Amino acid sequence: MIGIALWISFFLVAMAIVLNAYRLLVGPSLPDRIIALDTMYVNSIALIILYTIWLSTRVYFEGALLIAMLGFISTVAVCKYLLRGDIIE
Amino acid sequence: MTLPWIPLLTFLGVFVPALAIRGGRTVCALATATAPAVALGLVLFFYLGHDGDEVMRTSLQWLPAMGLELAFRLDGLSLLFLLLILGIGLLIILYTRYYLSEQDSMSRFYAFLMLFMTAMVGIVTSDNLLLLWGFWELTSISSFLLISFWSHETTARKGARMAMTVTGAGGLALLAGIMLIGKVVGTYDMGTVLESHDLITASPLYPAIIVLVLLGAFTKSAQFPFHFWLPHAMAAPTPVSAYLHSATMVKAGIFLMLRLHPALSGTELWTVIVTLTGLVTMVYGAWFAFLKTDLKGILAFSTISHLGLITSLLGLGNSQAMIAALFHIINHALFKASLFMAAGIIDHEAGTRDVRKLGGLYRLMPITTVLTCIATVSMAGLPPLNGFISKEMFFTEALASQQFGGLAWIVPLLAGLGGLLSVAYSLRLAYATFFRRPRQEPPKTPHEPPWPMRFPVELLVALCIIVGLVPTLPQSPILEDAVRATVSGEMPEFHLALWHGINPALLLSMAVIAGGIVLHLLHRHMMRFNRQFKPQDARYIFEGFVQRLVALCQRLIDRLENGSLQRYMFLLMAVSVLAMALGLADLDMLAGSLGQQALDPIVILGAALLIMGGVLTAALHRYRLISLLMLSVVGLVVALTFARFSAPDLALTQLSVEVVTMILLMLALFFLPQKTPKESSGARVVRDVLIATGFGGAVASLNFAVLTRDLNSISNFFIDQSVPGGGGHNVVNVILVDFRGFDTLGEITVLAIAGLAIFKLLNRLRLFMPATDMEGRLWSNDRHPTLLMVVSQTLLPLALLVSFFIFLRGHNQPGGGFIAGLITAVALILLYMSRGVEWAQQRLDFQFQPIAIAGVALSTFTGLCSWLFGYPFLTSTFDHFHLPLIGDIELASALIFDGGIYLAVVGATLMILANLGKLTTAHRPNKDMP
Repeated sequence: MIGIALWISFFLVAMAIVLNAYRLLVGPSLPDRIIALDTMYVNSIALIILYTIWLSTRVYFEGALLIAMLGFISTVAVCKYLLRGDIIE
Repeated sequence: MTLPWIPLLTFLGVFVPALAIRGGRTVCALATATAPAVALGLVLFFYLGHDGDEVMRTSLQWLPAMGLELAFRLDGLSLLFLLLILGIGLLIILYTRYYLSEQDSMSRFYAFLMLFMTAMVGIVTSDNLLLLWGFWELTSISSFLLISFWSHETTARKGARMAMTVTGAGGLALLAGIMLIGKVVGTYDMGTVLESHDLITASPLYPAIIVLVLLGAFTKSAQFPFHFWLPHAMAAPTPVSAYLHSATMVKAGIFLMLRLHPALSGTELWTVIVTLTGLVTMVYGAWFAFLKTDLKGILAFSTISHLGLITSLLGLGNSQAMIAALFHIINHALFKASLFMAAGIIDHEAGTRDVRKLGGLYRLMPITTVLTCIATVSMAGLPPLNGFISKEMFFTEALASQQFGGLAWIVPLLAGLGGLLSVAYSLRLAYATFFRRPRQEPPKTPHEPPWPMRFPVELLVALCIIVGLVPTLPQSPILEDAVRATVSGEMPEFHLALWHGINPALLLSMAVIAGGIVLHLLHRHMMRFNRQFKPQDARYIFEGFVQRLVALCQRLIDRLENGSLQRYMFLLMAVSVLAMALGLADLDMLAGSLGQQALDPIVILGAALLIMGGVLTAALHRYRLISLLMLSVVGLVVALTFARFSAPDLALTQLSVEVVTMILLMLALFFLPQKTPKESSGARVVRDVLIATGFGGAVASLNFAVLTRDLNSISNFFIDQSVPGGGGHNVVNVILVDFRGFDTLGEITVLAIAGLAIFKLLNRLRLFMPATDMEGRLWSNDRHPTLLMVVSQTLLPLALLVSFFIFLRGHNQPGGGFIAGLITAVALILLYMSRGVEWAQQRLDFQFQPIAIAGVALSTFTGLCSWLFGYPFLTSTFDHFHLPLIGDIELASALIFDGGIYLAVVGATLMILANLGKLTTAHRPNKDMP
């Protein structure tokens, strides 16, 4: 049962990542691409969690935690750059 | 066993002057003289204490695999040279005390002098050819230092360079010759080599050996055509000239020929090369000595001439000639060293040593005049002094020579010509300096020097007279032993005397003296004759040669290394692709036995993303921000790949590095142009794409080949040893902090140094910042968005907690100091981004440099602690503890080491990022503009 649920989830998350990649590729504006990248980070959290459920291990939780905690900081840096140019004022 | 003490004593003497100079110049001179004086006493003690025939030898293993031993010997030949080196060396030390002026660094001079003395003592006592060569090179280096002692003078520097180049090149040739000898004989041991005369001369390599060894000897002993460095080495202070260029260093080549005489001589090749070179040098040197006007120049060319005389005697090679050669070595050292010192005195007192400006000095410096004249008479070879005796012996041998068949007369002819010229230049030297009426005033009014400065000259001149009058008395036993060491077979009969009766040599001598006087009277005409020739300055020729050589090399380098990074990359990649393609050409062998792993759709998706990100990063490189976003995709997918293929540590590291990289690039991007102009032509793009594809294909094939094979790597060792050896279940972390702790220590040190360097480079650097973004929009006026401020402040405690957690569990589960450090650093940087530098610095009231340094120090200290317990550096230990409430806990000393890593990473990262961020803060043009 959980196997089928896993494969469906894998499929959906993978589709989400493909769509992110598409948005990243075509843009059209820079914020579009940035948001696409950020969403790709979020989706990869899902990917890692699904993977750990599949393997029944806890080893990769920290990876997911790190993405959740720090992944947005690159986005912040790029956004700040777009807004102010200088990211540390 | 005590033999090595002789060179060791002089070597220890190198350090004495620097310590003793505090006591003043006289103390310094006395202290410096101690070591050679003791060494001299030691030599005499050894010599008197052993019976005649046996050679004293000592040998210590050094590099047995190379045939190199610390082997020393003391035989008659070594003794003769040791007496010259140490005895005259002592006199030179005394003389230098009064010669050097207040501005010259006396301790430096003495240190160089002692270094040189060590090298010379080493040469003459070496019992191993390779060791001898080592000391030989040391003489080149130390003489370079001595000649360039007055390094502010260009002539001194150029002269030193020339001497170094010529003698150094000769040293290389000598090394080749020695290695050939070692190949033929099978050992570098001197005793064995000296007994292998038949083996060496019969070898087909013999001509090469002879030429190479003689190249070494001739360059060192300034034989024609390698003589030209010696006159230019006269730019050295006079004590150096007196010591190196008359008594010792230039005799090193002579010594080498003497030392190897039993092994190499006795063939026609040897006789022809050595005799002819010697005779030509003798006449050539004497002629130029006659024409020179500089006192030291005259003496330098005279030295060349006398060295030629000795060399030609060595070429003749019979035992009587060897006696004459050895005897003349002593005599030449005595009179030439005293003449050089006298020239130094005259230069010192009169302010010039140009004979055209000197004259009439006998009235002002009567004692110096008498001393110099006696030495000059000896140099000219007039009776009743020592020079006369050895010159007579030389003439006897020249007349008796049966070499060169029908051209046998050429030997006495050249010998006579050389003798005639030496009479002429000696007369001129004495006459022009002391007796001729001065044409112009010398720069200073000369007067007698202080007595101690004159004492060495007096002593040497007295020896000249004693040796001349009673030639059998002092030197015979020494000379006898020296002859025994150089002549194989029966000890020849010889006796030294002033008067041999009327014989052809005496007649030749008389003719030569008469001719010399006539030539001296004709000096002015000879000078006029010489003026017809274009003057050739060896310095210009040599410098020109060197510069042409440098230009040639430069052109070669320009071809290979033109400064274009693209070109280097192209060559590097093209060669690698070629090499890999050759190795991987056998495609059937490419796939190993393991077969292929199953693919799942997620992996395919990841691969597709990776390819997309990689290609677009390169393709869009002109749009930097988009290119960076693509690079981020690559980073993310790589981290996911690490997670997918069971490398959680790497995934964590990659993720945190990714964030820091992004911040760093954003900081840097701000100061770079937003767009890159198109730089590559179409053809170049095609070329680069082809190479990149080829390279990628080759690496992929290589990967494929490796992954499909069962590889027995070292990782099993680490996996097995991780728990018993390092006390941790996380193999990656145990490798980092324990098994390869030393590597990690090196890495964090580099990281800290890089951080400090960036800090230093950015210090006070303020850059212009553009007022608008790339599309011409003004910057937003929201400097610190509220949302960001709130998030960053909320995040900080969480991030610190997580990093502490990851740090602690690192030894057993994914994590460790490096990742924890990055997390902390990122959280702090986020604070900087949201609140600005000023706000953050008020609250983070500490410097980052001490943190980075403290981290490195902590790790090093942990490593050092294992020494306290008698273990090697960085040995780690671990144990289990039971704490109330928390339970069983394992603590490893590696944890402290990991703590050092943590601090170093936090410090270095913040040092780099925060300082980059500060670049514009102070002078932001539109800081408060809306």
